[in-house]
Amino acid sequence: MLRFAFNRLLQAIPVLLIVISATFFLVHSAPGGPFSADKAVPPEVIRALEAQYNLDQPLWQQYVSYLGDVLQGDLGPSFKYSGRTVNELIAAGLPATAELAMYAMLVALIIGISAGVLAAMRPNTMQDYLPMSAAMLGICMPSFLLGPILVLVFGIHLEWLPVSGWGDIPGDKILPAITLGTGYAAYIARLSRGGMLEVLSQDYIRTARAKGLSEPLIIFKHALRGGLIPVVAFLGPAFAGLLGGSFVVETIFQIPGLGRFYVQAAFNRDYTMILGMTVFFATLIILFNLLSDMLALWLNPKLRQQAGGES
Amino acid sequence: MKPQVSVSTASQLSAIILILTSSLLLGSCGSSENNVSKGNRTGTLHWGNGTEPQSLDPHIATGVPEHKIIIALMEGLVLKDRKTLEPRPGVAKSWEISDDGRVYTFHLRDNARWSNGDPHNAHDYVWSWWRALQPALGNLYAYMYFSIENAKEYYEGEISDFEQVGVKALDDLTLQVTLKNPTPYFLQLLDHYSLYPVHQATVEKFGSADQRGTRWTYEGNIVGNGAFQLRDWKINRRVVVERNPYYWNADNVRLNEIVYYPTENAITEERMFRAGQLHYSGTVPADKIATYQSNNDPALRIDPYLGIYFYRINVETPQLQDKRVRRALGMTIDRDQLTQRILKAGQIPAYAITPPGTMGYYPESDLRFDPEAARQLLADAGYPNGEGFPSTEILYNTSEGHRKLAVAIQQMWKKHLNIDVTLLNQEWKVYLNSVSMKDYQIGRAGWIGDYVDPNNFLDMFLCNGGNNRTGWCNPVYDELILKHAPEAKTQEERLEIFTQAEKMLLADMPVIPIYIYTSNNLVDPSVKNFSGNILNQPSFSEIYLEPDNGGQQ
Repeated sequence: MLRFAFNRLLQAIPVLLIVISATFFLVHSAPGGPFSADKAVPPEVIRALEAQYNLDQPLWQQYVSYLGDVLQGDLGPSFKYSGRTVNELIAAGLPATAELAMYAMLVALIIGISAGVLAAMRPNTMQDYLPMSAAMLGICMPSFLLGPILVLVFGIHLEWLPVSGWGDIPGDKILPAITLGTGYAAYIARLSRGGMLEVLSQDYIRTARAKGLSEPLIIFKHALRGGLIPVVAFLGPAFAGLLGGSFVVETIFQIPGLGRFYVQAAFNRDYTMILGMTVFFATLIILFNLLSDMLALWLNPKLRQQAGGES
Repeated sequence: MKPQVSVSTASQLSAIILILTSSLLLGSCGSSENNVSKGNRTGTLHWGNGTEPQSLDPHIATGVPEHKIIIALMEGLVLKDRKTLEPRPGVAKSWEISDDGRVYTFHLRDNARWSNGDPHNAHDYVWSWWRALQPALGNLYAYMYFSIENAKEYYEGEISDFEQVGVKALDDLTLQVTLKNPTPYFLQLLDHYSLYPVHQATVEKFGSADQRGTRWTYEGNIVGNGAFQLRDWKINRRVVVERNPYYWNADNVRLNEIVYYPTENAITEERMFRAGQLHYSGTVPADKIATYQSNNDPALRIDPYLGIYFYRINVETPQLQDKRVRRALGMTIDRDQLTQRILKAGQIPAYAITPPGTMGYYPESDLRFDPEAARQLLADAGYPNGEGFPSTEILYNTSEGHRKLAVAIQQMWKKHLNIDVTLLNQEWKVYLNSVSMKDYQIGRAGWIGDYVDPNNFLDMFLCNGGNNRTGWCNPVYDELILKHAPEAKTQEERLEIFTQAEKMLLADMPVIPIYIYTSNNLVDPSVKNFSGNILNQPSFSEIYLEPDNGGQQ
């Protein structure tokens, strides 16, 4: 397993290098620079600013020195937020984004697995159709629609929950978590239904039933472990997706997370910020994919043998 | 085979789901008082501030959100009346102006202090203004100093001795400023944050004076001289300022704290306002204005704003080189219809570049909506009934509001002049790049005044003006603005020169004025002393909170 992890990490190096290079040259080729503004900027000011951020050097030189800095874990200064480094800004935004992703994942898992298991227990009955139709609706409902609807109903109309904020007012994390989690809950519901249906028709479950075990014992002890493998495989990419895709929810609920920085950085042509965030997210995605693959190996002995045989 | 599950198991599972979800829903839910009512009790103003401030250094910052925070933390020699914008004593308790209008002598308060208790005196201004004029600092507002004698020459490196710049500390409490020419708006400039003083010891503690991006403006570091001091700055979350006990007028400051929220999104901010999380929001989504208006909601405040929305014309475009064509375009925009049917938030149709009433200046304009005369002009220019007029493009930065207006104007030009116009939208930075490279034909533009004077609008169109961007150049116009206006003996004479210049601009029409902006604010009724003014500048030291139903509580 360790060897598997090591190999995968080795493969990650060229992937990251390609991501950095492509992003670097793309952002530098976009029209408009970080210091252009509505009001004309005097050339002497532009020169002073470019000199300060090394933008007066040839592009390849900037590229090489950027790679050097990244190797040392230094993502450089932000062009837009005077005096802040990209590392500092990521550190400031990560806790909120990670917490939001965690809660959203929790929402997704609780709702998704419950609905999927319920549906799998009585396929092709109302107990199956209802949660699965809801799941379809959840997949189709974009967060920029669901968020404001939830806010209108629970925040403004019923006044049960705060309309925005993060850790400022009790309960302000609930609506964002539900908004972000719902789409993923829907996927998980469908995945766990499929997984459970397959497992519940297997011989060992029939044996368990024949032995007279109670249904909860069968579901929770015997069926879930196998039935949730598709869900586990989905967790890694899902968590990376939650971390990187929370921009809309962060904007709707005024959450001080990373997503807003990422999008603002692109609009601002904050080169180092765009690059830094891209490197950061690329690393996260690689890591989470690796983790979920390793988890799947651990859960499924068949796969473990294959991986062991190949490496 | 169908898996069979007993009914009791299903209900057990449902019960588990119910318990889990309800615990998530209710776990952190408690009875909560909204920010506004709590703030009214504790004297905390909750302020929707648009975006995350990029810098709180008054010599580096440029944006409106930064402005709203800096004016709480710092103060200039002179303040403005919150309604009329007339100069009021700030750090300077009084001042004299020499007869020739060039020498200003300021007498500073002896009780002025920095927020760390240090004495605050005239030398602070000499040092701060020296710092603001260091080119390496990259101060975008350096031009605000250029009315001071030799400031421009120093900034551009023509002279290297700061002693020659017209600012001297005669003693600890007396500051003398010598101007190049009489500048009637000079006192106003002193209330612009780019001329605020900074605390030398603090700036130098975190880097050299002309170094950008040091940490001196961060929480725990920054020292200011304003009514408030910085307590907390959480990126993308909030900036909190609290009363500065050393402020010279601290006894009359009634707010205890201001919490600024960087919301980025106007729709979110409006929703926060509606839910009582904000006392103030300065960005009302356009489609929400009508709702507030039809409900007669007192929270919506619409005031004229010192800003103009206009179209630039690239006069180097072949079909737009003839000023008759440009005039014809200007004369076929039905501004009343645009403001009443599309904008619908009290905007005023504009027929000149300078908003009327700017420092007593009312531009004389012969521009009017006159399709008949416009068709004649176009025919005279060689395009009778629009025949043979090449397709022309309007460039605007991506925004629904700009698009709607451009579509309406496109239709008006088709209807009245029978010419074909296409629309092109570009993302903000791409658009800025296109306009500054003059890679456009007709381009949407806006200009917000930094100070209340026609000069701030008219000097945009000097031949070498960085904000001209039209290719239009008229040496006579330049001479009026650069030479005759500053040397005018009286304000009347000066305004007369501006009138003359603006007429020239309108006759050639390298820019088409469209409408005068309004500031749209949502202000909770408990916020007192919030006065709309044409700079949309609040006076935080005067604002206080008092719920209207206070007597019942």
